[in-house]
Amino acid sequence: MPKYKTGPLKCWNKAKELRQKYYEDYVSAPKSGALRIGGSAWAFSAVPEGLGDVRWLTGEPYGASCAFDRKFSLSCLEAAEKKGYARDLCAYMRNYWGSILIDQYAFGGGFPKPDFFWTSHICCSHAKWYQVAGELEGGTPCYAVDVSVGPYTQITPHGVAYVVGQLQDGIAWMEKLTKRRYDDARLIEAVITETEAMSLWAKICMLNRNVPAPLDEKTMYALYVFGVIMKHRPEVLALYRELHDEVKERVERGIAACANESKRLISDTQPPWGFLDVFRHMETYGAVSIGSLYTFGLAGMWDFPDGTMVPKATPRQLGQTPRTREEALEAIVRWTLCRPEYQHFYNPGLKTDLMMRIIRDWKVDGALLHYNRGCEGLSLGIAQNRMELAAAGVPVSVFEGNMGDEREFDHARTLERIDSFLETLGLRKVEV
Amino acid sequence: MDFETFRRHGRGRHDYARDWKKRTGGKVVGTFCTYVPEEILAAGGVLPVRILGSHEPADDAEPYVFGMFCPFSRDCISQAIRGRYDYLDGTVLAQTCLHIRNTFWSWQKVNPGRFHYYMCFPIKVQSPRAVDYATGEMRAFRAAFEKWLGRPLADAQIRDAIRVCDENRALLEEIYGLRKDPHPPLTGREAMEMVLAGQLMDKREHNQLLRQALAALRTRRLERDPGVRLMIVGSEDDDTEFIGTTEELGCTIVVDEHCTGTRYFLNRTPDDPDPMRALARRYVGKPPCPSRDWDARTRTDRTLQLARDYNVQGALLVQQKFCDPHELDIPAIKSTLERNGIPTLFLEFDVTIPFGQFRTRIEAFLEMIRAEALF
Repeated sequence: MPKYKTGPLKCWNKAKELRQKYYEDYVSAPKSGALRIGGSAWAFSAVPEGLGDVRWLTGEPYGASCAFDRKFSLSCLEAAEKKGYARDLCAYMRNYWGSILIDQYAFGGGFPKPDFFWTSHICCSHAKWYQVAGELEGGTPCYAVDVSVGPYTQITPHGVAYVVGQLQDGIAWMEKLTKRRYDDARLIEAVITETEAMSLWAKICMLNRNVPAPLDEKTMYALYVFGVIMKHRPEVLALYRELHDEVKERVERGIAACANESKRLISDTQPPWGFLDVFRHMETYGAVSIGSLYTFGLAGMWDFPDGTMVPKATPRQLGQTPRTREEALEAIVRWTLCRPEYQHFYNPGLKTDLMMRIIRDWKVDGALLHYNRGCEGLSLGIAQNRMELAAAGVPVSVFEGNMGDEREFDHARTLERIDSFLETLGLRKVEV
Repeated sequence: MDFETFRRHGRGRHDYARDWKKRTGGKVVGTFCTYVPEEILAAGGVLPVRILGSHEPADDAEPYVFGMFCPFSRDCISQAIRGRYDYLDGTVLAQTCLHIRNTFWSWQKVNPGRFHYYMCFPIKVQSPRAVDYATGEMRAFRAAFEKWLGRPLADAQIRDAIRVCDENRALLEEIYGLRKDPHPPLTGREAMEMVLAGQLMDKREHNQLLRQALAALRTRRLERDPGVRLMIVGSEDDDTEFIGTTEELGCTIVVDEHCTGTRYFLNRTPDDPDPMRALARRYVGKPPCPSRDWDARTRTDRTLQLARDYNVQGALLVQQKFCDPHELDIPAIKSTLERNGIPTLFLEFDVTIPFGQFRTRIEAFLEMIRAEALF
């Protein structure tokens, strides 16, 4: 007899359709006179919105989509290697480059070339990713913004000015390149939408503090993605509003993600996208991954008062709605620099602190960390995180894998490790 | 002039630093990455010492670092665990590749309670905004350093340190220039030992040695056939044994594109009324490491120019295993050099090097170059 009631999400299909439309819109952009822009999921995507109708393809979610189709991914990875790129480079990046090289889009047809790349740079790969992509495509222009100006605890005026200045220069660069006139009103609207959407995702994550959790992390992967493909778009804000209301209702009605939830876990870094069944495997023990700093902090923005974390107050909520280009750029820069997933780039201790907040407030029983060979950025400092969590008394286990290169993931071994970990937490397989 | 002096200082780096502390009463601070403004440390009477590996197995670093991080970063952590740098009073990191950042934090875990400073140096050095930002970070570092020292630094002290460091750079560049000669008066191994010593020694003492070396080199003639003229390009490389053994195979490394070589010293500090801004301009403008070489790719042309200036016949592209920034550049550098008639050989470095395998590959590479030279 299951402990809790479960049920599918009503807005699931709507989310799937929106995601599919995003990838299709990118292909069809030229037909409607829209610009195609490629770049990192962490790019200041609200900024090119001032150019008018633009369609995005963010590289990391695209690379993850490739990885989900293992056969397609392998052909991409091998094409990148044949071109001389090392196997230990970012797996998303290699999937993306491979798509260019074999001229195949994961969603059908040839690989669509962007008008330009617009990206942010915080790990060693971001700007170089699109530098190389531009070269492989025969010279696609690229503009990258360096955001590595320190953690949220030490935001300095000269650091903000540096990033804002790059965005100002970037706008001039885009205007010159596209010969389009920049519309500040569109920028302001996109900045407001982005901050509202990201704060709202955090609010949705807050609902997972409930026992039983209304969402499991595998489901969240399909939903957080909007915060990294088009976080500044009104259709995402609308979807997140609907999702929030539905998840809130699930909490009120006691609808669980996992029928036999008895232990609550967090994961860390991107999962091995071709093997998401590991999460369902955990549920056979009654263990549910209720999220992670990754799922909470990639698409969600937070404030960190008094040892906890709460959805970040938006500029509108603070009565600081931007009215000019300068105000909008400064608002989105200050907002972005607080991104939880940026903090460990300056000190993994900050990440441990945020993980501990989640562990306390979301009533977490253990952590399962993915030593992800496919992303050195999010694996940075993970060994230190493991040590610090363990020192704080948190049961922690690790498995090694790769988010986007199936050749570096041992499925059977990982399941065995998970079994052992869950058994040490006192769990046994639930008889159905 | 005994060129072994540089080697002795390199090999005996820890003895030198301990002795320096004893005779000067000064403090010693370890530096990660060549973007740390050594001038500020030196102006405070502190000896900056670049933290380098030992080329010994680094298994003890495993709990601190995920296995896919580069061997150099793991080797350095291992040095901390083994207490090899126990004389350091602190460390400074200028924001650099992720692997060295990981080493910096692990180092703090092993050596808590000392002066550890993370300097947010700009990564987009090509941005016209980078100098302003770097200036702000130089000022912040200076303030934190002064607080730790317990006294303010005068601008004149910083200007004096800039002068000493620039003299060091100029001397190294002049000595490197002698390697353009068809019969270079020093080997690649000697050159690397010379540059490395400068990253471990008091710059004034190093300058004195360099001046002596320069005078001696003007008339020095090595009793060896220089053989094939090679350049070496790539990741952090302090492996003088590798260079020396390679040169025994019938070649001379005549120039490098390493952060332990030309990228360390090939530019000067411009005149600026504000010494902090002057430093920012120098460090922003120095030959970039691959992690900073964007939006435009400049390392390819710069490397090709070095190859031409030094009349290079072939290039060794060396890369620390798992070094993402170099992995991102090597295909472009390889194709640029080869397109311009300079053959390349790629070698992947680990903490220790399988020189037996490398020897076979390097010998074959040299034979190929010699054969091409014949016809």
